[in-house]
Amino acid sequence: MAIAEVRVTLKKGVADPEGKNTLKALELLGFEGVCEVRSVKVFEIEMDGKKAEVEKSVEEMCRRLLANPVIHNYYITIK
Amino acid sequence: MKASDARVCVLRIEGTNCEEESFQCFKRLGAKPEKVHLKQLTGTDVSSDERRSLSDYQLLVLPGGFSAGDYVRAGAIFAARLRSRLSEDLKEFVRVGKPVLGICNGFQILVETGLLPAMSGIMADVPEAVLGTNDSARFECRPTLLKKVNRGNCVFSTRIPDDKISLIPSAHAEGKLMFPVDRAKYVIKELEDNDQVVFKYVDPDGSIAGYPWCPNGSTENIAGICNREGNVFGMMPHPERVFFRFTHPDWTRSPDGDGDGRAVFESALDYVSKKM
Repeated sequence: MAIAEVRVTLKKGVADPEGKNTLKALELLGFEGVCEVRSVKVFEIEMDGKKAEVEKSVEEMCRRLLANPVIHNYYITIK
Repeated sequence: MKASDARVCVLRIEGTNCEEESFQCFKRLGAKPEKVHLKQLTGTDVSSDERRSLSDYQLLVLPGGFSAGDYVRAGAIFAARLRSRLSEDLKEFVRVGKPVLGICNGFQILVETGLLPAMSGIMADVPEAVLGTNDSARFECRPTLLKKVNRGNCVFSTRIPDDKISLIPSAHAEGKLMFPVDRAKYVIKELEDNDQVVFKYVDPDGSIAGYPWCPNGSTENIAGICNREGNVFGMMPHPERVFFRFTHPDWTRSPDGDGDGRAVFESALDYVSKKM
């Protein structure tokens, strides 16, 4: 069995209102020196099969559901 | 065919919550709407008398709501289910020119399914646009003003006069229409050339304006688009919520008559009665 971790991030140049708002709230709470906050979505997928096969099908999952190519990049790590 | 014979499929799954209003709009106009669960079309866990076929309907509506909890992305799960089981039926439905309407979450579903903007062909393999988080990062629930910019391609806006500014309420957290950053200008130009832009958010003078007139920061203030043929249409604001004048926010000034959303449904039934 393998666990695939999928990180779905926003592409460069795409607005990240959630990150911006979190940054503002952190500053209001008195945290200093916060330069930027980026929101990222992480999925952990447990799968049967060999590492290479798992990676291949998780790649397909990203393409077909987990990410929207218009605004997202995705990174897959197999553990 | 007569509009009164038009069968309308108001499609829902768990988390859809505007099916009743959408159903009522078509019912009030004399058509034959039916609230159909996706399972009834795919034939999963339903009895034979509950089974339905998409081809039996003349019009498909994807109503608003929070289908499947808006998990992953708004509309993504509903879209994945449609693509997995109904892809061919949907393509055929669109190919023969039957109208498909997506309101709010329904618009998000059409974009995630690849049925909008459908720059080449009927259904794109991967989404060509996205309805992303509003610039305000909040759920924006407010009356919005829309100007029809369509030149006649879209079958859902034919009954709306060109100079009319329609009041149609918005209620969404992910309504910012975006295209791939590196190709956005080209895509918008093509949408305009193909007459695929239908509604834009405007201020009371009818001019393009920023927040709060545009509730989400959408590209070029776009509120609704259609496919190249004009029979698939999605919009973020809710026309089904202003079918009557008395559901407008200023209803006490003139409570009687039609609401601004009614024309969207009338236009669709006009098309069905003329073309089918």
